[in-house]
Amino acid sequence: MWDRKHFLGLAELSADEINQILDKAQGYRPTALDENKASGKLRGTRLVLMFFENSTRTRVSFELAAGRLGASVTAMQMSASSVTKGECLRDTVRTVDAMGVDFMVVRHASSGAVGQVAGWVSASVINAGDGTHEHPTQGLLDMLTIRQRKGKIEGLRVGIVGDILHSRVARSNLIALKKLCADVVLIGPPTLVPNSFEQLGAEVAHDFDNTIHQCDVLYMLRVQRERLGGQFFPSMREYCELYRLDARRMQRAKSDVLVMHPGPMNRGIEITTDVADGPNAAVLEQVSNGVAVRMAVLDILHGSRCGG
Amino acid sequence: MAELLIKNGRVICPDQGLDEVTDILVKDGRIEKIGSASEPVEETIDAADKIICPGLIDMHVHLRDPGDCDEETIASGSAAAIAGGFTTIVTMPNTDPPVDNPSAAENIVNKGRQAGLANVFPVGAITMGRNGKELSEMGLLNLAGVAAFSDDGSWVASAGVMAKALKYARLTGLPIMSHCEDPTLAGKGVMNAGPLATELGLPGVPRSAEETAIARDLLLAAEIGGKLHITHVSTAGGVELIREAKRRGVNVTADATPHHLTLTEECVRGYNTNARVNPPLRAKADVDALRAGLKDGTIDAVASDHAPHSRQEKECEFDKAAPGVIGLETTLAVLVTQLVETGLLTWGELIAALTVGPARALGIAKGTLRPGANADITVIDPAAQWTIDAGRFVSLSRNCPFDGMKVVGRAEAVIVAGAIKEV
Repeated sequence: MWDRKHFLGLAELSADEINQILDKAQGYRPTALDENKASGKLRGTRLVLMFFENSTRTRVSFELAAGRLGASVTAMQMSASSVTKGECLRDTVRTVDAMGVDFMVVRHASSGAVGQVAGWVSASVINAGDGTHEHPTQGLLDMLTIRQRKGKIEGLRVGIVGDILHSRVARSNLIALKKLCADVVLIGPPTLVPNSFEQLGAEVAHDFDNTIHQCDVLYMLRVQRERLGGQFFPSMREYCELYRLDARRMQRAKSDVLVMHPGPMNRGIEITTDVADGPNAAVLEQVSNGVAVRMAVLDILHGSRCGG
Repeated sequence: MAELLIKNGRVICPDQGLDEVTDILVKDGRIEKIGSASEPVEETIDAADKIICPGLIDMHVHLRDPGDCDEETIASGSAAAIAGGFTTIVTMPNTDPPVDNPSAAENIVNKGRQAGLANVFPVGAITMGRNGKELSEMGLLNLAGVAAFSDDGSWVASAGVMAKALKYARLTGLPIMSHCEDPTLAGKGVMNAGPLATELGLPGVPRSAEETAIARDLLLAAEIGGKLHITHVSTAGGVELIREAKRRGVNVTADATPHHLTLTEECVRGYNTNARVNPPLRAKADVDALRAGLKDGTIDAVASDHAPHSRQEKECEFDKAAPGVIGLETTLAVLVTQLVETGLLTWGELIAALTVGPARALGIAKGTLRPGANADITVIDPAAQWTIDAGRFVSLSRNCPFDGMKVVGRAEAVIVAGAIKEV
């Protein structure tokens, strides 16, 4: 039985706990996208979204998930808050906490920051992404998507491609996939896919063309424009030539390969439009699954808050 | 009349190769005699079951005076030194403004004297503003009383400037203490580069950031013949580079911190900001190599790199936290507990690293109980058991990675120039 107060990462969960959440999320699928099917499970609770980094998917997804469970939701605009006046993180979260809040969904640019927040407040804290450390609900919705499309996770070979070094999504996915007994190969230039990931259970490859045919799933990561040009690889065109998923490369992949992307996509850089919008891609299913997964997480945390 | 007699203590003076139970007589602020004495004295300390050694020296301390006196002042820092058993502290020049001119050095010397506790020796900056470009007035700084030169906090990134500094500093006879860290390799790193940094999603500092810098400085010192001191060595590779250079006869000395001798990067797990330090805590192999280096003399001294920081600078996101930990009040106990009690070092070896080691590295007339020397003496209770409680520190700061640790060994009395100091 779930007894954790916070939801901070997938590293601390067992495979059973992950499957438990996925099963519950699958159960929420029919209701997750339909306002008319909203449940009252979290009625009477207050949930605050504190996103210190911008977000489209995660933010709206949490807001809708909480709302469809009947919670009262406050979505804070951190860029319009006193953070801009230099107020420190600890004061910011303790101030909101002091107003009587049940759940804080926090996204922050610093690795570990959301865990630190959990130590400073009495509310239940949910990690919506901390620095380059974890994005646990993303990992879960990705697992659910793979399970739906492929029927299983165990024994699959998943290739995660791109800027692994700076990706919390890659880390959470790697953790979940290993716990669920899939093989993971991380693909990208050595500057973005360091060998130290091998000690976390992944294989590392730098030649996409000669690895792509092995993969049952291709998980494409966004390449941040600010990392292009100089710092981590010499040019955009070089990156695209070597690592972009396009129709040409898809011909080398399995015909039923599942293509995924956490979004937002840089169309034309890490993935082309025809692939992103093509039949192998599950990008929008990932998003829909996200609402269901977040409902499941909130449901489970609420249960543990109530001692149930 | 002689002012002090310390009776029946185990006198350990590595400079003289001395380790025996005997008496010490102090007269006119100096060591008068080691051996039983029958003169009348003003005061007697019964040191049965205690260790008596030369006053401990910490050759790498940051006091935030001037600059951030809420974190530490010269007065509070010299009091913290006494509390930790240190009679001499050597303060780094990265104050605000920095100690890059003789007036700033005189200020430190005067304030140290006014505090009237531990001896305070300032270090002068190598370059103006620690900018790594123009040399400071080393001659004038020397006359003003600095013990060494350092741009600590930063490495002198230009080999040309470092070469000039090593050469010019020779007129003073003072060492250059080098903080070896190539910023173009360290980048935005906040902990040791490796699988743990990858797992935690924190940028890492590779060992090469320190080792390439050490290698460069050793080569320059070998060629130019200056006096080089590598401070806070943190990697096994660094220890080996220094060992090999010493074998070739390069005039180099080195120190390591108590935290690098006892803690690994595992302390960062949970994003503990009191484990954020520069250079970062490394892996077990590095800790083992530093210990072996201390034992065989490759590492000449232990220096705390006492770096006070306020609560707000540490109670924040890991990548925003100020790097640094304090150490004056814990160095002795932590090293006794982790290195002496475990049999890795003898008492004599530990005391050497805190007395004659730093004294020789700096070329100062301290760290010894030779008759005629200043009576800077530390009386240690080797059996005192206590728990480190940062909340009770004399230091104004609390950023201590050893908080809560049960330790053994404590300075019981500290004598500076023959006078017992109380804090």
